[in-house]
Amino acid sequence: MMDENLKREIILENYQNPMNKESVNDDRYIKVNTNNESCIDNLDIYLFIEDNIVKDIKFDGEACAISTSSTSIMINNLIGKTIDEVIEYMDEFEQMVNGKEYNEELLNEAIVYNEIYKQANRKHCALLPYLGIKKALNDYKNK
Amino acid sequence: MNREDFPILKNNVIYLDSGATTLKPKCVIDKISDYYTNYSANTHRGDYDLSLKVDYEYENARDIIKDFINAKFREEIIFTSGTTDSINIIANGFFRNILDQNDEIIITKSEHASNIMPWFKIAKEVGCKIKYIPLDENYHVTIENFKKEITQNTKLISLAHITNVVGDIRPIKEITELAHEIGAFVVVDGAQSVGHIKTDVQDLDVDFLAFSGHKMCGPTGIGVLYGRKELLDNVIPTNLGGGMNESFDDEDNVLLKELPHRLEAGTPPIAEAIGLGEAIKYLSNIGMDNIHKYEMELKNYLIDKLVKIPHLDIINIKSDSGVIAFNVDKIFSQDVAYYLNKYHICVRAGSHCAKVLKSETHVANTLRVSLYFYNTKEEIDMLVHLLSDKDRIEKEMLL
Repeated sequence: MMDENLKREIILENYQNPMNKESVNDDRYIKVNTNNESCIDNLDIYLFIEDNIVKDIKFDGEACAISTSSTSIMINNLIGKTIDEVIEYMDEFEQMVNGKEYNEELLNEAIVYNEIYKQANRKHCALLPYLGIKKALNDYKNK
Repeated sequence: MNREDFPILKNNVIYLDSGATTLKPKCVIDKISDYYTNYSANTHRGDYDLSLKVDYEYENARDIIKDFINAKFREEIIFTSGTTDSINIIANGFFRNILDQNDEIIITKSEHASNIMPWFKIAKEVGCKIKYIPLDENYHVTIENFKKEITQNTKLISLAHITNVVGDIRPIKEITELAHEIGAFVVVDGAQSVGHIKTDVQDLDVDFLAFSGHKMCGPTGIGVLYGRKELLDNVIPTNLGGGMNESFDDEDNVLLKELPHRLEAGTPPIAEAIGLGEAIKYLSNIGMDNIHKYEMELKNYLIDKLVKIPHLDIINIKSDSGVIAFNVDKIFSQDVAYYLNKYHICVRAGSHCAKVLKSETHVANTLRVSLYFYNTKEEIDMLVHLLSDKDRIEKEMLL
């Protein structure tokens, strides 16, 4: 179990200094927007896949601390994974935020959200970037 | 004041989001329950006692509203589903038919979506122009700035009486006077005003007024379109069906009813209309002047405290109503709202449906506190206490 304070620290660090936060102008990237109807989070996600491998992901936009940090952590975990591994990772993350069994090792730092299922109004914040990646993968498939 | 009338306030909640919707007093809840429990028949049947009672209550609500806004005729009160519906009815059923490409519609950048989007649509369809009254340094509308925009081509001015983020009270009476001199129409969005300040449509001399029941202690799903009778007579119904026709045989032989029923197709929201009548009776008993006075007292009390907190940036320090929008320095508004929710304080974070306003304020999202007469200084003290400690906000907003 990760200590509360350490969780806060990781979230705050990823919120204040998010990794891979920049917009991209490169045709190799699939761009999707992900936003929450019920709140004001609004992120653009850029996904670059080559040879079935996620080579790079970037994001940009305005969102709350949970959405922003969750995006930063997610991207860090996904770069270098195959598409199948990405899907597996995302399934595990969804399991966790829904309060179900999940693979702690696979999720890495993303386990800072392991108690977010207790807060209905924050759950969708943590999930926001995952919806974006799903959309982007769908676009990739249909390309 | 009158807190004991609101059952929900027994739940230890600090409700500061009355701009979104207000709480409901027991008398309104009881009135709705009475309809469903004791006489839940349809309107305009009249063949049996229960339905006569429904007609009496439904039309009585209309009379209560007519008196409340001082309309001249009861036919000038149309029940709708809310402000949005009311504005769309006249946009599509009236202004769509009388505007042409040479005309101008004047609005502002601080209007709510429901007083912008219908006009965007009409402007696209008829090819006319949308103009914005420049806002002053407090984002208010001044009569001087209005004079700069109005021209001989201006056909319609549509403004909120009180805006939902800036909270300024617009000089509607002066605007109407100038508009009528050149034959332009004035539409007033009363969603944030009718439940908060005394509204006299004859004194303001407005052509149309739209407002919602749920923002003035009434039920959701009910609103009002007021229009001067000779104008409403020329509104082409956008909804057709039962309750609004006199007779019909084929497409060439359709006879519609007179006002107000001509514009109320289908079974109306009966319980809601009756509930709104009760809400207005309730507000009238307290007195609109008393409500406004107390709201201003609370607002001034809140502002005096908020300005002393260095990490707060207040957007509308000169608000004329109980609406205050602000941000905590470098913290996303939604995170602050989430933190306050931990202490059962309800505030709204976001653009508050005024999405064009950000081009003026350069702030896309804010926290909004909107007060009503059931709020107290003690509640404000609690809010101020929680906002005054930035470290605590940062620490508690995350998990």
